[in-house]
Amino acid sequence: MNAQLLLKLVGLAILLCVPLTGESFYTELIAKTLVLAIFAMSLDLLVGFTGLVSFGHAAYFGVAAYAVAQLSPKYEAASLWFVMPAAVGISALVALFVGLFVLRTKGIYFIMVTLAFAQLAFFVFHDTPLGGGSDGIYLNVKPTASIAGWMPFDLDNQTHLYYFILAMLVLVYLFLGRILQSPFGRVLVGIKSNEHRMQSMGYLTFRYKLAAFALAGGLGGIAGFLYAVVFGFVTPELLSWHQSGNVLLMVILGGMGNLVGAIAGAFVFTGMQEVFGTWSKHWQLIMGGVIVAAVLFLPGGLAAIPGRIKRSLQGGGSNE
Amino acid sequence: MSDNHNEALLVAKKITRRFGGLVANQDVCVDLIRGKVHVLLGPNGAGKSTCINMLSGDLPPSDGQILFMGKDITGLTAAQRSLVGIGRSYQRTNIFPKFTVLENVRLAAQSRNQQPWRIFSKAQEQKWALDKARACIEEAGLGKKVDWVSGVLSHGEQRQLEIAMVLATDAQVMLLDEPLAGMGSDESAKMVEVLKRLKPTRAILLVEHDMDAVFAVADTITVMVNGQVLESGPPAQIKASVAVQQAYLGSEDSFHV
Amino acid sequence: MDFASFLIQTLNSLQYGLLLFLVASGLTLVFGIMGIINLAHGSFYMIGAYLAFVLTSTTGSLFMAILLGVPLALIFGAFLEWALFSHLYKRDHLEQVLLTYGLILVFEELRSLLVGDEVHGIDIPAMFNGSIQLSEVLSYPVYRLVISAVCVVLAVALYFVIQRTRLGMMIRAGNHDRTMVEALGININMIYRVVFALGVALAALAGMLASPISSVFPNMGSQVLIISFVIVVIGGIGSVWGALAAALIVGFADTFGKVLLPELSGMVVYIVMAGVLLWRPEGIFKKG
Repeated sequence: MNAQLLLKLVGLAILLCVPLTGESFYTELIAKTLVLAIFAMSLDLLVGFTGLVSFGHAAYFGVAAYAVAQLSPKYEAASLWFVMPAAVGISALVALFVGLFVLRTKGIYFIMVTLAFAQLAFFVFHDTPLGGGSDGIYLNVKPTASIAGWMPFDLDNQTHLYYFILAMLVLVYLFLGRILQSPFGRVLVGIKSNEHRMQSMGYLTFRYKLAAFALAGGLGGIAGFLYAVVFGFVTPELLSWHQSGNVLLMVILGGMGNLVGAIAGAFVFTGMQEVFGTWSKHWQLIMGGVIVAAVLFLPGGLAAIPGRIKRSLQGGGSNE
Repeated sequence: MSDNHNEALLVAKKITRRFGGLVANQDVCVDLIRGKVHVLLGPNGAGKSTCINMLSGDLPPSDGQILFMGKDITGLTAAQRSLVGIGRSYQRTNIFPKFTVLENVRLAAQSRNQQPWRIFSKAQEQKWALDKARACIEEAGLGKKVDWVSGVLSHGEQRQLEIAMVLATDAQVMLLDEPLAGMGSDESAKMVEVLKRLKPTRAILLVEHDMDAVFAVADTITVMVNGQVLESGPPAQIKASVAVQQAYLGSEDSFHV
Repeated sequence: MDFASFLIQTLNSLQYGLLLFLVASGLTLVFGIMGIINLAHGSFYMIGAYLAFVLTSTTGSLFMAILLGVPLALIFGAFLEWALFSHLYKRDHLEQVLLTYGLILVFEELRSLLVGDEVHGIDIPAMFNGSIQLSEVLSYPVYRLVISAVCVVLAVALYFVIQRTRLGMMIRAGNHDRTMVEALGININMIYRVVFALGVALAALAGMLASPISSVFPNMGSQVLIISFVIVVIGGIGSVWGALAAALIVGFADTFGKVLLPELSGMVVYIVMAGVLLWRPEGIFKKG
């Protein structure tokens, strides 16, 4: 067994133990972090693997969250097996539609245009009857997992919900890992490296990018769905550009193009939020300062630190 | 169709490209015939790259028509042209520097049978693509470096890799932009052999400055000056042409004999 | 809609569009000339508005506030370029996004620490506090006309700077070919600093001018930033005149959208942008 796999399994084992501590506060905090980790992995498919820097990924997170709230009846539980695929499908479809527009642009334009479309989605939920205004909507009853009277697990139970989220995280991780090894995934990585060359070899890259964009939207939708279930209410803030900025931050913190890194990025981000947050209500000042300093003094990002340490330990010898 | 050995695969009819007020190519006509190597000669800035870019679809022509096997392909993008069988290499090396040699060429091979919906199969288990990639790498003379990261290869080896990538796309028409640039004489000679081997079944357009190589492989030579065709014909005719002598071959700086 | 209210909405559209142009012109120049995406540009608008609030309460006059505030904004912009942005030119867009995103957090929190989170109003200067009667029931505030007039004067001044001066020549050249400008022996670092400072000052001035009518509130920069992005996308990166036309399009679309399609209010501008993307993905005024 190689060291990397061992490390992943140890990490998973630790996550499995969290609810056993009985600390409800930490279980909820980590559940929330796991949701963000799924969100970050979905964005990493675009930023880290396909080279598409989307600054509007919160839109798909928010669309799925609103879809759950709108599709659930007011005073009874919706079926999990209906609302979850529906919410995810809707967010993927919205991403597909937006992708038709934004993927016509590149570079700086792409960053701005994805942001603008996310803002459009924000206003859709903020201003129209779809969203219930700036106060948002409550999800009064969590979806039920029951199938014809049999209840395999209960999302109202905090422990069950935690394990359900963890299972989704593992599934999304395995799914993305598998896809990235497929011919499709190799094309995405090729597009990131040299899109022009991919085109001259006969790849209609627009279609591949569109598929990746929709897929990332759908996976972001899983996170949005879980968020709505955990917190029981949705607001337009879920689609705000700060949300898009934060998830991009997680992906970058974890080192782009690395799924475990995206998960770690979500943990580092939540950790910073919690630690700085206890120091001062102006914790974002420290966060912002750390980001600015990191870009100035650590070109290549935080993710480059392990590589640097490794290189300095090896004495810069290996040049294979 | 392939039984016709003098079949014109790619025909450019009076293609013109303007950049604002500047005319980079004017009424250029090129015929690429299966089994023949067509060399494009000309001093720097004569418009050779613009011409090859229009043929490959990297640059839309402002005017004129491009036919592939009799069909009008003027409106097709580079990717679409690659899919019908027109492959190209680039003057400035254009590869995936972080991928291995094998992965570069495997991606090229995969383009012929993309199967994007098979998202749960492993690319590394697609034997046909791997086999084809290895064969093309061998053909281009890079057999010993299959598993090297392509970014660390020498310049000449990266040119060979480009050829392997074009080969892996089954291109019937190969547009090669200075494939010998920066190569040592050994490597050049090897590449000329590769070109000769490829020639019978394909139509090749070659932009090249190395005159030994040009006269070793050319069946037709087109000389361009200032974006226009000065003269086009068999090598003997070009050598004898007074106009070419005056405009191009005479000037010592651009004729490396 | 009768003629008088049509006229009012047209004037409002012009005023809003021209004000946005002040913000977007700096953004598009920084994009086009330096190749930098600056998410913190909206913060300069916010900083301008808060400067106006603080300086007006100390000096007692918005004129004095602007007179003091614009040079302060210029110095601040030159300082930021020197301290931060000059290190970003060779970095990729992602790092630029990251740093400028961090800056937004810093600016918003500093604003919260120094001035607080309350919404503040600023009085319209007494001299312009009247309105012009358009019909028996409708009138138009003079101050809005003043804003439009100031913006037009600035746009004309910008036109002369860019078309007629040596600095403008460098800006135009830098816009097209950075290495050529360097080859001519022109100090590109100085151009960058001046252009960046100018962009900051224009955005801050827009915030100051707008403060009496929009009031001064937290996060007022982000709304303006995103709308400015839309303007740059519509107008084409680096094109100042594209930005002017796009800002006016956005001003009209937003103002008339709110009147004619109130249920879509916030969205009209983005729908216009989506249409432009389908038609000309590089912006209406992008050459080539």
